[in-house]
Amino acid sequence: MLRHLGQYLLLMIQVFKKPEKKSIYLNRIFFEMDKLGLDSIGIVAFISLFVGAVLTIQMAFNIDSPIVPIYTIGFATRKSIILEFAPTIISLILAGKVGSRIASEIGTMRVTEQIDALEIMGVNPATYLIFPKIIASMVFNPLLILMSIALAILGGWLSGLFSGLVGSYEYVYGIQFQFQMYDVTYAMIKTVVFAFLITSISGYFGYYTKGGSLEVGEASTRAVVVSSVNIIIFNLLLTNLLLA
Amino acid sequence: MIEAKNVSKTFGDHQVLKNVSVKFEKGKNNLIIGQSGSGKTVLMKCLVGLYEVDKGKILFDDRNFSKMSFAEMKEIRQEIGMLFQGGALFDSMTVEENVMFPLSMFTRQTLEERRDRANFCLSRVNIVNSNKLYPSELSGGMKKRVAIARAISNHPKYLFCDEPNSGLDPKTANVIDKLINEITQEYNITTVINTHDMNSVIEIGDKISYIYEGQLWWEGDKTTIMHTDNKELNDFVFATELTRKLRK
Repeated sequence: MLRHLGQYLLLMIQVFKKPEKKSIYLNRIFFEMDKLGLDSIGIVAFISLFVGAVLTIQMAFNIDSPIVPIYTIGFATRKSIILEFAPTIISLILAGKVGSRIASEIGTMRVTEQIDALEIMGVNPATYLIFPKIIASMVFNPLLILMSIALAILGGWLSGLFSGLVGSYEYVYGIQFQFQMYDVTYAMIKTVVFAFLITSISGYFGYYTKGGSLEVGEASTRAVVVSSVNIIIFNLLLTNLLLA
Repeated sequence: MIEAKNVSKTFGDHQVLKNVSVKFEKGKNNLIIGQSGSGKTVLMKCLVGLYEVDKGKILFDDRNFSKMSFAEMKEIRQEIGMLFQGGALFDSMTVEENVMFPLSMFTRQTLEERRDRANFCLSRVNIVNSNKLYPSELSGGMKKRVAIARAISNHPKYLFCDEPNSGLDPKTANVIDKLINEITQEYNITTVINTHDMNSVIEIGDKISYIYEGQLWWEGDKTTIMHTDNKELNDFVFATELTRKLRK
């Protein structure tokens, strides 16, 4: 494990070295935003909408008491979505989708000698391949999470409305009740850290792939598992740092 | 000229290269031949700096490549073109983008100039009307030719080819050999070819270095190799019925 940590840190030093040509790297950042960010909108939207709907129904069943006001359903749904569901659960989903893509892409480039080709041309392959992915995710993932928050709250409103468990007025009042902007800031900080973890860890496993297609598959799996474990650990650390 | 001086390389407790000293001359096709596992790929990877040598040095026109910093190495690497066994074309780029890549990274040429150069290099390797295709849409021979076009696009002084004919039919392999030979003569570059294809040896072997169990065992050219009395080399070169008949 220490060997991996050392190798990961050395790779990060390589990744953040000065790029050869800024315009090329800028184009690559936009390319990665398209591949890692825009391509994830569909799955993030679908999951957010449905999980938001389920959360509202569960809240309604659990807060079934005459002394608790009905708008608490909207309030609790909003809190759960902003503080935990959107930044953490969506990041875990992105670790699966984006992480496996990064590890398998870079791993395949390694075993087919494309990384060697870059190195021989005089290009720093670590910077060229990993840096744009990290920046693209750190910039685009917060937008995905904001969209996720909005859609999950919308999903909750729709499910409350159609199931008759919570009225539109109560739900809207609940989601506005005691709203703190810091909750969104906290979610964004977590998202940016998780985006860095997903892309850098997946990039690391892809970059050091050795062998053939079997090893690329293994690297991809390890990238997802290690990224997910780190997201969970850093979630606890950041929550302690930012909320405790 | 490229020179390897007393180069040794060990992986774990297995010494792959044992004190290899060899010169690769300018304007010639310098072939490294040897059985699988003899150390010729490791030697080539040491030459281009993908592996660090344990002992000895690599000189590119008297510039000590093995002692250079990353930034200094980068300058020499821009003078190197390399053709990999599988082509190593970038999957996410079209044929044209692959050939333009070294120019985009290291020159200040406009898009038009880069496109002109890419088209020239592609026509030089007889690839036409394929600029917008992706590597996955190309045949093995086409991939190799595009890889050659990419290797020569930035006017290299040194060209390295790792098993350029592997996986190709004899006719296409011959086309690739001839192409490498023409480019070497035309641009007067130092070409180093790693191969175990005897057709290449006979066709374009201006200088041949035979590596046996990690050591430089024999040196000569396509004429002298046919009449050598070196046992290990003869076992390698005349391993098939066809080559034995050819010798007779």
